[in-house]
Amino acid sequence: MAEAPLPFQGRGRGRGRLHVSTRINDEDTELLCDPSQSLLECLRDVLGLTGTKEGCNDGNCGACSVILNGRLVNACLVLGAEVDGQEVTTIEGLATPEGLHPLQQAFLEHAALQCGICTPGFILAAKALLDREPQPSEERIRFWLAGNLCRCTGYNKIVEAITSTAAELAQ
Amino acid sequence: MTTEYRVISTRPIRPDGVDKVTGRAVYGADVRLTGTLIGKILRSPHAHARIRRIDVSQVRALPGVKAVVTGQDLPEADDRIVDLGEDTGNLKHLRDNILATDKVLYHGHAIAAVAAVSASVAEEALKLIDVEYELLPPVLDVREAMREDAPLLHETLITESLGETGGRPSNVAEHIQHLLGDPEQGFRQADVIVEREVATATVHQGYIEPHVATALWNADDHLTIWCSTQGAFAVRQQCADLLGLPVSRIRVFPTEIGGGFGGKINVYLEPVAALLSRQSGRPVQMAMSRAEVFRATGPTPGSWVRVKMGTTRDGRLVAADAEIAFEAGAYPGSPISAATQCVFACYYIPNGRIDGPVFPRIGSIECLEAAKANPHYQAALSREDVGGNGNVYANDMGAAALRSARALRGRGVAHGFWFNAGLQSSCTINVSVDGSVQLVEGSTDIGGTRASIAMQAAEVLGLAAEDVKPVVADTASVGYTSVTGGSRTTYATGIAAIEAAHDVIRQMRERAALLWELDSEEVTFDRGVFTAAGNPGQQLSFKELAAELEETGGPITGRATVLPEGRGGAFATNIVDLEVDPDTGKVTILRFTIVQDAGKAIHPSYVEGQMQGGSAQGIGWALNEEYAMDEQGHLVNASFLDYRMPTALDLPMIDPVIVEVPNPGHPFGVRGVGEVPIVAPPAAIANALYHALGIRFSHLPMNPRAILEATGQIGAAASSK
Repeated sequence: MAEAPLPFQGRGRGRGRLHVSTRINDEDTELLCDPSQSLLECLRDVLGLTGTKEGCNDGNCGACSVILNGRLVNACLVLGAEVDGQEVTTIEGLATPEGLHPLQQAFLEHAALQCGICTPGFILAAKALLDREPQPSEERIRFWLAGNLCRCTGYNKIVEAITSTAAELAQ
Repeated sequence: MTTEYRVISTRPIRPDGVDKVTGRAVYGADVRLTGTLIGKILRSPHAHARIRRIDVSQVRALPGVKAVVTGQDLPEADDRIVDLGEDTGNLKHLRDNILATDKVLYHGHAIAAVAAVSASVAEEALKLIDVEYELLPPVLDVREAMREDAPLLHETLITESLGETGGRPSNVAEHIQHLLGDPEQGFRQADVIVEREVATATVHQGYIEPHVATALWNADDHLTIWCSTQGAFAVRQQCADLLGLPVSRIRVFPTEIGGGFGGKINVYLEPVAALLSRQSGRPVQMAMSRAEVFRATGPTPGSWVRVKMGTTRDGRLVAADAEIAFEAGAYPGSPISAATQCVFACYYIPNGRIDGPVFPRIGSIECLEAAKANPHYQAALSREDVGGNGNVYANDMGAAALRSARALRGRGVAHGFWFNAGLQSSCTINVSVDGSVQLVEGSTDIGGTRASIAMQAAEVLGLAAEDVKPVVADTASVGYTSVTGGSRTTYATGIAAIEAAHDVIRQMRERAALLWELDSEEVTFDRGVFTAAGNPGQQLSFKELAAELEETGGPITGRATVLPEGRGGAFATNIVDLEVDPDTGKVTILRFTIVQDAGKAIHPSYVEGQMQGGSAQGIGWALNEEYAMDEQGHLVNASFLDYRMPTALDLPMIDPVIVEVPNPGHPFGVRGVGEVPIVAPPAAIANALYHALGIRFSHLPMNPRAILEATGQIGAAASSK
């Protein structure tokens, strides 16, 4: 009987594992995944990158938001096999040895998190927005964040943190 | 008199902040133990059925399966009442809810569980369990359930009515009544009497992190649990009762928690993971899917409320009568008692009766909804009624003028009360050689309480907020602490931190006295500085003295355990402006303001956050959220797509106005802030819709369908045109 050599072998079905060569947070990364495994499962269970959170596993909460080739995606709706040859940015890739990403710092200063489970997803979503629209209006921010659910904050302080970051980056 | 604070009312960055914005914080699903198996639960596809047979004999044949359990693996439970953290419950009901044995009582009720080497193997294994059901008619509505001829959920449940039990089984678990004065006489004095019925939908707390637990039943029969919970000690107690283990053999590590709102107090997965671990000899991790969270956890009860209030022409409320029925779902345990205590708590009414039959969960929202729907309620509010902040409620808002300007815009105001909790808390404070302190607490941090508790200790110790390092400890590392819930944590655990800080200062004064060869009474402490009485030049700062501990007798730990009695009631008022699209029935919130008495806002940003978040959740409950069941009792909207919570795009900025009328029962005046913001939004929105449309809504949610039906755009009225 085949047993997993590792404590977690994800939710893979079957033996035909795929070899995926990808780039995650600016590092070349190799992984083996089952054809049915989502990118979320690959990140969390295969690679141990648990900063990406699962809230619903059906694309409706945004807690697993990551950036794939510059596009904001729900990692639960992307197959692990699909990121072969692609570039993925997760929450683990934002801070540098010099310090936090400006959005991370702004979320702290504006108290834009309470329980914090949705926070990685919101920060990635906000980064994807600011990367393409450096000066979004409040309406634009709210529209862009509509795929990320937060139940604690009422969104005020999240919107304020992003507005403040945009202003800071413009200087 | 204003007190000058150095830390309180500032806005430091929360101590756990960096971990939470970098993805490093360890939540329930992030726990990794060597050799962990994945557990999955088989759930009932039926809302109400008798279980004829459960056959798990095929499961073990599947390679990779390591354990399979059913309700038979839990020790027998009697009808004894046990502590559930915020409330109490019947152990047999708790056991039957964990794993059903004779009957399933809701779609999603747990029946059996397996542990396997991977999630996919566990899911395959569940398909090999054979359950034979005898279908029974579902009971889906509280008033239907209270009828004499309603199908019985529990054949042994006898109503406890006004303290007495008797008669035959029924679905009514409990009937309580509060009586004041003479209601009939009061209504005879009234010039205006308004009577209304209000119904609210069953709604879910909607925390973003699904329930998750990891258990290790070790070879020495000691059980360790890592889980996302509002109360590690509550989990320990429930698991002890359910598994027949003494609490001394159970240790619970609370992970970071991704939201709870009262929904992460009762255990669901922990005892099952423990059984699977005992059988397999390995750690077992179990996580719910989102659909399981909706189906099989504890949503807020739907309710039916009838309220009658009488007022004189000069605006005095003279009588009130309320009948409140809560549906608790499958088992008794709805917070009807809290509801009856809150329904008229905002008002001075000399004659009243509150009747609460409970159909076998938190909610003053339902009662207040009914009370606020009374157009006369504002009249009786005075400054005294609301703790000195009455000016914000006497607001008729120029109704006629607004309506003539924009026919479908409306403004509504409503006021809510919640009494908050006290309960038990423990803290220890360890002084470090560099003059910082470690604050060890038992309250899991669900929304910034590490900061708000550490700040209170820092204020007492004369330290900067950053010099108090809070740690949320497991059940073996800190004294008993009740759940993070009931808006109690900054209040009660704050008091424990304050008292532990005073204990540190007492011991530090003794050390200074030793150095200065004085009595400790001759050493004073003020704002972080120890001074010799009569010799102001002889001083040591907290940091300087902390460096001398080894030379003066060794380490210092301050400690405190508290059960504070001085909780302060919470009041909040919501003001909403909204717009109704007459063609689609969609309601847009244009502006939303919440004015709330925080007593004292320790960290104002997180107080505002509680006010804004509670308002947003209340808006969702008012306008959109509800459990949708088909006729067989299947939950048909068990996803965030169909159970639609407010997104950023659905809400405007929510303006928080913090009022500070100190609670005399707390050294800094703290009242709880977490729960009262959700009480009044549905009533404020109902009032605004009345203002906009001239239609009084009495059912939640007031969604587009309800609005179009009420305005005659769809339904019977439209088709008869």
